[in-house]
Amino acid sequence: MRVTTSTAKQPVEVIKDASMVKQKEMMAAHYDRLTNAKENGDKVASTFVPGNLNELLMCFELVNNLPEVNAIQAGLRRKSGSFVMEAEKSGHSEDVCTYVKSDIGMMAKGNIGPNGKELPSPDVLLLSYTGCFTFLKWFELLREQYKCETIFLQTPYMADGKVTPNMIQYMVKQLKEDVIPKLERISGVKFDIDRLREYLRKSAKAEDDLVYILQSGKHVRSPIDAYFGGIYYIGPIFGAFRGTDDAIDYYKFLRQEVDQRIAAGLGPVTPEGPMGEEKYRLVVEGPPNYTNFRQFWKMFYDEGATVVASSYTKVGGTYDYGFRHDPDRPLETLAEYCLGVYTNRSLPMRIDMLVDYINEYQADGLLINSIKSCNSFSAGQLLMMREVEKRTGKPAAFIETDLVDPRYFSAANVKNRLESYFQMIEQKRSGKGVAA
Amino acid sequence: MSTPATQEIVARCQTLYEDLNFTAAREWKDAKQGRKVIGYMPVYIPREIIHAAGMLPLGILGGGDQMEVIHGDAYYQSYICRIPRSTIELGVTGRLDFVDGMLFPSICDVIRNLSGMWKMMFPEVYSKYFDVPQTYEDEIGGVFYTNEMAEFRHDLEEMSGRKITDADLNNSIDLYNKNRRLVRELYKFRAEKPWQAPASEVYLVIRAGLVLPVEEHSELLEHYIAAAQNEERPIRDNSRVIVTGLFCEQPPLNLLKSLELAGCYVVDDDLMLVTRWLIGDVPIDGDPLHNLSQAFLHHSESTAAKYEPNQEEKGQFLVRAVKRTGAEGVIFASTSFCDPALLDRPMLQHVLSEAGIPHIAFKYAENSGQMQPIREQAGTFADSIKLWSAA
Repeated sequence: MRVTTSTAKQPVEVIKDASMVKQKEMMAAHYDRLTNAKENGDKVASTFVPGNLNELLMCFELVNNLPEVNAIQAGLRRKSGSFVMEAEKSGHSEDVCTYVKSDIGMMAKGNIGPNGKELPSPDVLLLSYTGCFTFLKWFELLREQYKCETIFLQTPYMADGKVTPNMIQYMVKQLKEDVIPKLERISGVKFDIDRLREYLRKSAKAEDDLVYILQSGKHVRSPIDAYFGGIYYIGPIFGAFRGTDDAIDYYKFLRQEVDQRIAAGLGPVTPEGPMGEEKYRLVVEGPPNYTNFRQFWKMFYDEGATVVASSYTKVGGTYDYGFRHDPDRPLETLAEYCLGVYTNRSLPMRIDMLVDYINEYQADGLLINSIKSCNSFSAGQLLMMREVEKRTGKPAAFIETDLVDPRYFSAANVKNRLESYFQMIEQKRSGKGVAA
Repeated sequence: MSTPATQEIVARCQTLYEDLNFTAAREWKDAKQGRKVIGYMPVYIPREIIHAAGMLPLGILGGGDQMEVIHGDAYYQSYICRIPRSTIELGVTGRLDFVDGMLFPSICDVIRNLSGMWKMMFPEVYSKYFDVPQTYEDEIGGVFYTNEMAEFRHDLEEMSGRKITDADLNNSIDLYNKNRRLVRELYKFRAEKPWQAPASEVYLVIRAGLVLPVEEHSELLEHYIAAAQNEERPIRDNSRVIVTGLFCEQPPLNLLKSLELAGCYVVDDDLMLVTRWLIGDVPIDGDPLHNLSQAFLHHSESTAAKYEPNQEEKGQFLVRAVKRTGAEGVIFASTSFCDPALLDRPMLQHVLSEAGIPHIAFKYAENSGQMQPIREQAGTFADSIKLWSAA
C-alpha cells in the first residue's frame, strides 16, 4: 500500500503493509477518543507501557493515556527536540530521560497530541512501577503539574530470576486493597471481576497471535522486521487495545499477512517497498531512536539487514516465554504480567533471552542500540554484549543514540559502525575471524 | 582514660577513608575464624540483621577521587554515573576479595542492574538486590518488607551456619539505636556550632562508621563530639547551608572543603543516610523484623530514591530541615547522570522557591578534580545570602 506523507521539503511516498495502515487507523481512533474524552464524559488515566493494566482500566471505563507513546509520537513527528529543550529551559537536567522531558515540554507548549488536538488532563495517574525507576519520578513530576490523584502499584524486581510468593502476594494486595478501591472511587464504576476475566480472555487470544507473528522471524528469509516493523506490531497490544476485540482482529489480520509473506517467500515491507535479499539476520537489544526512525531503518534495509528478534518488543510483556493473561487467576495474572516484562528481568535473564534469540532465530549476531538517557536498558549493556558474544560465538556491535532527543542521533557515526559491523559478520562467515 | 584530640580522631578517620583495601575490615575478619563481611551500597539496608548474624556490614561507596578506574570504564558508557564503574574496579582489582556478600539496595536502575552484573562477575560471592517497599501501609508494604528481611535473615543463617535469634536482633537494634542517636547528636551539634565541627571532619567521622563495627564507631562518635566541643575555633561570617543530592555517589572531600572555603557552613546534608535513615529509636522488644519494618515505613528519612505518596508533603523535609537547622539556603549537589537526584531536583526547587528559601545547583562526580567553579558558585551564593536575604 502506498501512503503519501509530507515533510518540510516535499511529499514522500511511503510503502506500508495493510496491517500498518490498520494499526495507524487504530492509533488515530484512540487519540481521537482521548482528545474528545472530556466532551464525551470519559475519564482518563495516564499510565505506562511496561506494567500497563489496560484490562483493569477498561473495567472502570477509563481511557488509557500513555505518556511514553506520546513522546514517541512527538519523536516521530520531529517535535520532541523542541519539547526536550523546553523542559531543560525550565530546569530539567540534560542528563535525564528524554521521554520525561518531551512529555513535560509538550505540556508546557499546550499538550497538543499527534492529532493536533489538546490532550486532556488525566483524572488519575496510575503509577504502575515496573522495570524503570524513572517512572516513579516521572509521575511525581506529572502529579505536581496536574494536581490529580496518583495510584501506585509497585512491582518488585526479578533480581534472582524468579517470581516469589511474597512478590505475588504483595502485588495482589496492592491491587485488592489499594488500586481497585481507588479506581472505583475515581471512576464511579463498581469493579466487576467477571468483566476483568472477559478482557483477560481476549488479551490471551491476541497474545497468541502476537507470539506467532514475532516468532515468524525464525524463518530464514524472515517475513518481518522484529525491531522497526516490530514497533508497529506491538503498538496496539502494548497500548490501549490489549483486552479488546480490536486487538484480536488486528493480530489475526496481521498474522494472515505474515502467513502470506511466508508462503510467497517474501521478506518484510520497508518504507521503500519489499525488502530485497536478506543478507544479515540480527538480534537487537535496546529501544530504537525515534527522531530519525526512518533514516535509521534505511541503514539496515539498504544493507540487507533484517532484525529477526528484539528485546524492545518485550518491554510490554514477554509472551514468547509462555506468559498469557489468565482469566482464571485475574489479579495474580496481572501481577505476573508486570513482574515478567523485559526491563524488570535481571541482567542474567536478559542475557539468556538474547542468547536464546541468536540461537533460535539463527541470527548472525547481536546489535545493541544503547540509549543515552535510559539507564534501565543501558546500564550493563557492555557486559551483556561481551557475554552474548562469548556464549554464542557470534559477533556483537554497539551503537549509541537516544530515544527522542535528536541531538544524540549522529547518522554518520551510526552508519559507519553498522557498515563495519556488517563487514565483521562477513569476515566471521568467511572464517577469517575478526580483525583486531 | 583521656579523650583523644579532634585531630587524632579525624586523622584516624582519614586513614580509614583513604584505605581502599579496607584493611580495618580485613583485620576484623582475620581476628576470628569464621567471621564474614557483607558489603552494601547506598542508600539503606538494615545493618542490624548483618550484625546479628555476627558479620560486619561494610559500606561500599565507590572508589572516590584517588583511585584510577581502568577496568570499570570498560563496563559503562560515558553517560552513566561513576559509582558503579569504580565499584567494579574495586571488585576486579581484588580490593573486595575478602567480602563474602554484596547488597545492592533499591535506589536506581544503575545499581539495580549492577546487582545482576555482580552475580555474573563474582559468582562465588553472595549477591542480593535488596528490594524495599515504596508503599507504606502496614499490611501491604510492611508485610512485603518483613518477608524480604526474613529471607535475608535466612540467607545469612545459611552463610553463618547459625540461627539468628530475635534476642540477637534486638541486641543489634539496641546498638544501632545508640549509634543513630550519636550521629544525630553530632548533626545537631554541627547545626548549632558549625565552626566547631567542619563538614569535612563530620564527613570523615560518619564515614568511619561504614567500615568499623558499630560498637567501635559509637565510641568514636562520643569521642569526637566531646573533643570537638572543646576545640577553640574561630567563628567566621559564613552562610549556613544545607547540601542535598549527595545520597549515593560521594563527593570528593575537597568539594566539602571547598564549600566551606567559599563561605558556607554546612549545617545539614544527605550524605550516608544509612547511618540515620531510621528516625528515632526502634523498639528493642517484640518482633524485631516487624519493628524494623515499621520504622522503615513510618519513621524514616525522605530522599529522591523514595516515593512520596502525598503531594503536599513533597519536599517538605527540606523546608523542615531548613527551619530545624537555621539554614539560610540549600545547595543541590547532584551526581552527573543520577536519575533520582536530577529528576527530583526541579520539584524540590519549586518547593523551596515557594517557601522563599534561596537555592543553587551544580553537578559533580566522585572524581571531580576542578573545584574552582564550584567554589566560585558557592561563594557567590554565600555572599548573596549575606547581602540580599531578608534576615
